[in-house]
Amino acid sequence: MSEITPDLVRHLGVLARIQLSDEEVERLTGQLDAIVDNIAKVSEVATPDVPATSHPIALQNVFRPDVAGGQLTPAQVLQNAPDAADGRFRVTAILGEEQ
Amino acid sequence: MTDLTKLSAAALADQLAAREVSSVEATQAHLDRIAEVDADIHAFLHVSDHALEVAADIDRRRAAGEELSPVAGVPLAIKDVLVTTDMPSTSGSKILEGYLSPYDATVVARARAAGLVPLGKTNMDEFAMGSSTEHSAYGPTRNPWDLERIPGGSGGGSAAAVAAFEAPLALGSDTGGSIRQPAHVTGTVGLKPTYGAVSRYGAIALASSLDQVGPVTRTVLDSGLLHDVIGGHDPRDSTSLTHAWPSFAAAAREGATGDVLRGLKVGVIRELPDSGFQQGVSESFRAALAAMEAQGAEIVEISAPHFEYGVAAYYLILPAEASSNLAKFDSVRFGMRVDVPGGTVEDVMARTRDAGFGDEVKRRIILGTYALSAGYYDAYYGSAQKVRTLIQRDFADAFAQVDVIATPSAPTTAFKLGEKIDDPLQMYLNDVTTIPANLAGVPGISIPSGLAAEDGLPVGIQFLAPAYQDARLYRVGAALEALLVDSWGGPLLDRAPALGANGGAR
Repeated sequence: MSEITPDLVRHLGVLARIQLSDEEVERLTGQLDAIVDNIAKVSEVATPDVPATSHPIALQNVFRPDVAGGQLTPAQVLQNAPDAADGRFRVTAILGEEQ
Repeated sequence: MTDLTKLSAAALADQLAAREVSSVEATQAHLDRIAEVDADIHAFLHVSDHALEVAADIDRRRAAGEELSPVAGVPLAIKDVLVTTDMPSTSGSKILEGYLSPYDATVVARARAAGLVPLGKTNMDEFAMGSSTEHSAYGPTRNPWDLERIPGGSGGGSAAAVAAFEAPLALGSDTGGSIRQPAHVTGTVGLKPTYGAVSRYGAIALASSLDQVGPVTRTVLDSGLLHDVIGGHDPRDSTSLTHAWPSFAAAAREGATGDVLRGLKVGVIRELPDSGFQQGVSESFRAALAAMEAQGAEIVEISAPHFEYGVAAYYLILPAEASSNLAKFDSVRFGMRVDVPGGTVEDVMARTRDAGFGDEVKRRIILGTYALSAGYYDAYYGSAQKVRTLIQRDFADAFAQVDVIATPSAPTTAFKLGEKIDDPLQMYLNDVTTIPANLAGVPGISIPSGLAAEDGLPVGIQFLAPAYQDARLYRVGAALEALLVDSWGGPLLDRAPALGANGGAR
């Protein structure tokens, strides 16, 4: 069995910036427990002598010439903004009162 | 007059080039078809307002004697994961409702440059997470073979669009089978290219080390024609390969002669026994192999002992990468924002992401966050990456003995809408045969192999080839397709029920 608990799921929600409801936490706890039990089998064959593969076709440091190009205009950058003013994205307070 | 929607893209392209038909006529025929059947199918999230203008422009240029690409004027459906400047791009999510990209995905730009006519954006599981399109925030797509059944996923919209003759060509993306599994359940053709063979610039990222864009069509040749348009190096995608690719349409035409089957070594995986598949799926698979054998192919049993760990590794790697890729939906620069009076930007972000993401997306983000957290990283993500190495070695060993590997494209035919929606683990197992190709980066194609005896629904056969050998899949796929279509007396889709107001599919 894995150790997925409601508290852990709630904490993961905080890390992932998703404000899960209590009902979601409860449902996810059961589902993730079953999923984690199933996927933990990768450790059966992942022995220390096996190197990890992060990328299926190995490439090294792909660079382009350091030349400006393909920029968006400020209007294009802001065209999908939920809120913008003075050529900038506008958001609510960054810090809460207790901070 | 022939029904222009029933033509293959290749045949339509020939008629366009010969000026027997105009692009406006072809485009109008497909728009009419969409109007007729898409209320039932729901393959499209958005239908373009500009398609006829684009088509008229192609017609004008052709009339003026301009040299056009071989597919100029042929309509194209675009999976909503690919961003477009003239149509919204949502990736099937509420969080991106109405999003208008300031740039086109490279594959879209190349399609436009080749004169393909974008018809609209196709439905998909939210952020391509799913195997049924039931996770679309805009409601599911229905399978043209049976409206109560799933069209596969995540690219069910693209597959259903071509299966229902709403478009001759469509673009898809395949992270764990999202092109090939929908092809399997809808009786169509889908190919996942070698990782890096087609640009991912402008494809809204799911799992960056697995995602690949590819063609969704009704014939192997049509896939080759579309692949020739979209493929090749793109400096805007740093994972894009600089390899010089042959013409895949030429490979498909060559394959259709059937010569490729003589002496072809086809690997069948010992660890994927028939017992793991619906009976009609294995029967169709075995019959297709027998047909190839009769033409001189040799069936060779191979071992791929680590494929059974593929699904587990995939459901660690994908959520881990997705949880990172989807962090950009933060309510600041684009997408949905939920107001939280008096709240900080972080409160707004957390509330927005809860409201804007669907259940499956949240499930995978939380799972990925768990897999990447301190203390678990080595046991989960690190181990999954080692499984990738082991699966690549299985492929290398297999391809030392055989030219291609064959599997059924998925374990079952199309299941009923709602049947697996509450059981994520069962849903994940749909991709057991398609996932290894994504983990190893090798190409794979699914083509129709027939109908399952017990339910009369389509079955696909998948071929896998070594990295860079995409052309081999076109040759082999076209060879088997020619054999089977000949034995059926016409394409499999001829046997799909009629759709629309007068069709009586319901």
